[in-house]
Amino acid sequence: MSIRQEVIIVGGGVAGLSAAYTLAKAGVEVMVLERGLNSGTKNVMGGVLYRQMMEEMIPDFWKEAPLERRIIEQRFWLMGKDSVTQSAYKDMSWDSPPYNNFTVFRSKFDQWFAKKCTEAGVLILNETLVTECIIKGNKVVGVRTNRPDGDVYADVVVLADGVNSLLAKNLGFHKEWTSDQVALAVMEEIKLPAKVIEERFNVGPETGATIEIYGESTQNMMGTAFIYTNKEHVSIGCGTLLSQLSKSNIKPYELLEMLKQNPLVKPFIEGGESAEYYAHLIPEGGYHSIPRLTGDGVLVIGDAAQLVNSIHREGSNLAMTSGRLAAEAILQARRLGEFDEKTLSIYPRSLKESFVYQDLAKYKDAVHIMERNPAYFNHHLPAVNSAMKEILTVDGKSKRDKQWLIVKSYFKGRSFLKVLWDLFTLGKAMK
Amino acid sequence: MIIENIPTVNIEDKLFLNRYIVDEIPHLVIIDQEVCRGCTAKPCMTFCPARVYEWKDDHTTVGYEGCLECGACRIACSFNNIQWTFPRGGFGVQFRLA
Repeated sequence: MSIRQEVIIVGGGVAGLSAAYTLAKAGVEVMVLERGLNSGTKNVMGGVLYRQMMEEMIPDFWKEAPLERRIIEQRFWLMGKDSVTQSAYKDMSWDSPPYNNFTVFRSKFDQWFAKKCTEAGVLILNETLVTECIIKGNKVVGVRTNRPDGDVYADVVVLADGVNSLLAKNLGFHKEWTSDQVALAVMEEIKLPAKVIEERFNVGPETGATIEIYGESTQNMMGTAFIYTNKEHVSIGCGTLLSQLSKSNIKPYELLEMLKQNPLVKPFIEGGESAEYYAHLIPEGGYHSIPRLTGDGVLVIGDAAQLVNSIHREGSNLAMTSGRLAAEAILQARRLGEFDEKTLSIYPRSLKESFVYQDLAKYKDAVHIMERNPAYFNHHLPAVNSAMKEILTVDGKSKRDKQWLIVKSYFKGRSFLKVLWDLFTLGKAMK
Repeated sequence: MIIENIPTVNIEDKLFLNRYIVDEIPHLVIIDQEVCRGCTAKPCMTFCPARVYEWKDDHTTVGYEGCLECGACRIACSFNNIQWTFPRGGFGVQFRLA
């Protein structure tokens, strides 16, 4: 006996659940297939979830969703071995509705979202791995799962199976990712009493701060490190482009350990106990890596479609919006009674009109420029700290001499023309 | 890139924090051990965040039980010598927080 649904969604993360929720609310029969014990058990995220994109689906969700802390301050560090140049933006209005973003634990948040989906009529089948798409002619007509008699058929299959989307790859929508299209991030949750977190990060009982760290935190490989506050845990992690990590001699957990032991970082996590350890790939290929998004009877959303804005560490929000837009496209296709690629291409068209595509297009070359030219991470970033050290250390040298020393050391090892070129190309890519 | 003064980390201690439901069927398989023998760099033994791969008695051992399912080895093995699939539904690492 084979099961038939109107829509099958592979993957019960925020992309898949957003699509499922939107469809179920419109009365469509949807089934979500999730390989973990529950939604969220396979998901790893630094922890920042943006309010706006969730709210577009579930108004006032913050009143009931399991959230960790409302983020009211975002700090940015340029870190050296024993020095740091900091900047931060704090906004008390982020502590009142409608809020800007929250830290969340994905296992809890996704489970809550899955429950909302179930209430809306979505059928969620956990512990179910989809092994392949079932194809008839050129059309995807269903999926094969690892359950006995596990074929499920549908008008449309939505691939929300994350960065390791073997399904989209096997459909030929993209080649295997190359190691410069993904970053490998490792992270730990450090358990600390809420009060201690609030004192160390200078926040209130329900508010929190995020710190993004560049430079020494990744041993000047291309990547970032981060520290985020949860209620009773601090998330600490670092991610580097896999292409650079795999050519280095350091193991990712050693890189994390160096970060944790750095004298600037240590005081934030001191005395805490490690509670869980994670690794995850982040799709960072950006605009140029977005695969084919539709085929006959099939759509690709979220991380599976490389929809991550790594410059602004946004991903879950792009996943949600892509899920919602895919669902809306399916609803239109359903009215037309056609689920071929041409009809479903409403989805990539609306994605192009949204912030998702537009932001990725804006930064389309930025990551590649930084990856090709290591000077950004091993020359320009450290130069900021050296300059600050020189100008702020009072040692009897005149300020004019100090300025000259800064300029001299900046252009030592990198010619004036090269520096100019570096700044020009990156400026152009980020504009 | 060569990084100095790397601290020692006991990865077992970290993996011990996680909850795993281990399948008896490995989801990671070395396709051809001969290829590993010819690979001088063996980068998988360094970049794998769970230290799944180790070089013992002239072959690559695969400790798939501690795999964090990141997918890095599938992409970064220079010889595409790792057959990478997801663990069966309900198996593998099951995160409680994140």
